[in-house]
Amino acid sequence: MATSTKEIVINTEPFVVNIGPAHPSTHGVFRMRTTLDGEVIVDMEPVFGYLHRGLEKLAEERTYTQVIPLTDRLDYLASMSNNLAYCLAVEKLAGIAVPERAEYIRVIMAELQRVASHLIAVGAFLNDCGAFMTPILYMLRERERILDLFDMVCGQRLTYNYMRVGGVSQDVPDEFIPALKKFLKEMPGWIDEYERLLKENEILLARSKGVGILSRGLAINIGASGPVLRASGVPWDIRRADPYSVYDRFEFDIPVGLAGDCYDRYRVRVEEMRQSLRILRQAIKGLPRGQVRSEVPHLIRPPIGEAYGHLEGPRGELGFYLVSDGSIAPYRFHVRAPTFINLTALADMMRGWKIADAILIFGSIDICMGEVDR
Amino acid sequence: MKFERYGLGIAKGLSVTIRHLLRRPITTQYPEQRLNVSRRIRGNELIWNKDKCTGCGTCAKACHIGAIHISTSTNLVDNKYEVQKYEVDTGYCIFCGLCVEACPFEALFLSYDYECARYRRNDLFQDREKMVETSERKVSGYFYPGRAAKLPRQSLLVDNDRGKRNGR
Amino acid sequence: MAMQMLPPDWPGNFWAHWAIFAVAILVFVLLMVMVFIWFERRALAVMQARLGPNRAGPFGLFQSAADALKLLIKEDIVPAKGDKLVHWLAPVVAFVPVVLIFAVVPFWGGAILADLNIGILYIVAISSVTAVGIFMAGWSSNNKYSTLGAMRQVASVVSYEIPVVLSVVGVVLLAGSLSMQQIVAAQDIPFILLQPLGFLLFFCGALAEINRAPFDLTEADSEIVAGFFTEYSGMKFGLLFLAEYGEALAISAIVTTLFLGGWRGPLLPPFLWFLLKVGLVFFVIVWIRATVPRLRIDQLMALAWKFLFPLALLNLLITAAEILFWPAVSLWVFVPINFAVMIILVLLWSKFFKLGWGKVEV
Repeated sequence: MATSTKEIVINTEPFVVNIGPAHPSTHGVFRMRTTLDGEVIVDMEPVFGYLHRGLEKLAEERTYTQVIPLTDRLDYLASMSNNLAYCLAVEKLAGIAVPERAEYIRVIMAELQRVASHLIAVGAFLNDCGAFMTPILYMLRERERILDLFDMVCGQRLTYNYMRVGGVSQDVPDEFIPALKKFLKEMPGWIDEYERLLKENEILLARSKGVGILSRGLAINIGASGPVLRASGVPWDIRRADPYSVYDRFEFDIPVGLAGDCYDRYRVRVEEMRQSLRILRQAIKGLPRGQVRSEVPHLIRPPIGEAYGHLEGPRGELGFYLVSDGSIAPYRFHVRAPTFINLTALADMMRGWKIADAILIFGSIDICMGEVDR
Repeated sequence: MKFERYGLGIAKGLSVTIRHLLRRPITTQYPEQRLNVSRRIRGNELIWNKDKCTGCGTCAKACHIGAIHISTSTNLVDNKYEVQKYEVDTGYCIFCGLCVEACPFEALFLSYDYECARYRRNDLFQDREKMVETSERKVSGYFYPGRAAKLPRQSLLVDNDRGKRNGR
Repeated sequence: MAMQMLPPDWPGNFWAHWAIFAVAILVFVLLMVMVFIWFERRALAVMQARLGPNRAGPFGLFQSAADALKLLIKEDIVPAKGDKLVHWLAPVVAFVPVVLIFAVVPFWGGAILADLNIGILYIVAISSVTAVGIFMAGWSSNNKYSTLGAMRQVASVVSYEIPVVLSVVGVVLLAGSLSMQQIVAAQDIPFILLQPLGFLLFFCGALAEINRAPFDLTEADSEIVAGFFTEYSGMKFGLLFLAEYGEALAISAIVTTLFLGGWRGPLLPPFLWFLLKVGLVFFVIVWIRATVPRLRIDQLMALAWKFLFPLALLNLLITAAEILFWPAVSLWVFVPINFAVMIILVLLWSKFFKLGWGKVEV
């Protein structure tokens, strides 16, 4: 007996929704052109470039020292890391040694910056989940403590311009180390509080566990880095893989996720904050006395050649590629922006999820448009 | 059989938020309550010491925005340089502090003030008269630790000395 | 317990009763909404380690009034390709039912506009009309975010109506009446003790119906900007906002009446007790909003159909059995029993939640 079950096919029009460029949770001016079927995302096309400032070209018209303030404006949530990465590249290019104390101060600043940046990342992610402002305001409170320290050291809260080629611009003030110790003492308690707030929250688990999975293979293939890569189960950390500065002297673990979902990315970031505090404690203990800036000419003229300096920024591998033609300005200046490369996996992670998940997945990558568009 | 996801996590979260009812908010009511800013604050003006300046123009070269205009003439009588024009357009300035670092004669400083909003762009233009250190236009300790030590101590959130709050 | 009851047609004249209570309810709703908005903002702020509005008037009490004034003088923008009539009508359709709900809410014994003998049924019926208004708002705005928000609203209201009504039936069984007045009068033991599971289900469902966190998908600001609000401005936005908070107030009042013993309480005057309990319920709503993230639309549906609906049925069954088979037993006996039943059922049903669902192959 042959019964034919006739499937009823309703032809529906795809529903194109522009998320962004001005949307509450695009973290800047990013635009996602999503094609929806009901609430399910069929396709997603990222549109970049709303914040393009021609930074790479601007940098080629400035001397090596003058570029440092520009790097502040790349990833404005992690200016210290940007400064450091750029200085590493120039030092490699010109073969400049850095005094011991400066190296330690750089490590302290970079790790504080990582904590500050992860606080924003985690807070914004939880805010995207719909936890109305509470987690991000708690985390901004602790970030404020870190910004106070940065303010004390370099006089500004966002665009630090602190690292210099061959060291740091000035020594830390006397009151810095006691304040930092105090911060390190209370910070683990705050992190525990965030964990109590939402780590086991059933709704958060339901929303983020198994959502937006970035498989290990895809993560490696697209060249993802930072917490996004580590959440997918690849223990790749440049601090360990290619130690720069004095990172080979510190003990720390690399937190790794297993599933590669949004929840893992969130967990990896929280764990990294703990590890950063651990590094900070060791760095304070080992902080030597002495010079903070080696003798570097006012106008640096590196020999003809090229150099790539990279570090493990809060968002992934931040690299600066410099080509020198022997003049006072870089001939070519290129930024390997980690979030730009992490974003390339976005469409694959989003396809098949609901529009609410899209925001979550996007938030879990933790982007900074200043860096993506440059 | 393990029981999970029955609401314990939500209850834990609720306990955290309710505990904040007893805590003091960390925000300050800005115009009434003021915090001491950093001793090294890169404030919104530049301050120039006319006597120490030799007119070498290093600051103008260090500035990557081109906000500093300086022109120097030779004084043949005393056989030395004389600064004809020294102006800063703080509308362009990004307060990176590179000029202060570059000055070899300790003649240029950043200011300690941060409330320098103006109604017109032209008012942001600092000419010679507006660049002198006065009692209102204080000098920040940026790059000069000796000057920084004299300024009031920065209020830090870690010290919880953000002053008494009102308006609760 | 001797209750002070006002005569049903206080102050003696039918029309005077109507006029007085109609005005009183309007004033009550508008005033309380303003107070609630202020209260929510302050309470949220304190829970988030900040201060909240504190400039307009003492403790910022006049902030809501200032906001309302600002909304009044703002330009009213209608989308060029929107449906103008529906766009105009939607806030009214959304707001009017909210006020109508209060017609059957007893503020204290006898202080009620109309003591309908089907009071709770009336509330259930009338409160669903708001969803129509919200859908109209979403549809007429000709905005994709608005449409998404409106579709979510309809979906959630349709599914959550069922567990809400079923959990109300438990209360009705215990009270033996549909009249709000009688339900309060029957609560010698507050029904929250006798119907803990029913309370939980009703509260969840009610939160979903009025779009409060964690079920605020309709205006999920991180996803669909402001949902059906997106294209509204000026006083139309104000009305929708008023409807929103009016619903929150209504739900607080209904929870108070059904589960917390309404106006009844020792020492304080009944009206104060009523206000106190309403405030308490609203505080819990705010407290939840300050803490939890938002559910996804399919999880919202799943919660309604897989969790709330079966539990509501079971709750109804158990309550009915208790009343049918042991009518003579003191109700206090059932308090621990019902709490145990609630804990066991919630634990059991939590097994049905699995993580990482919801992906569709495309």
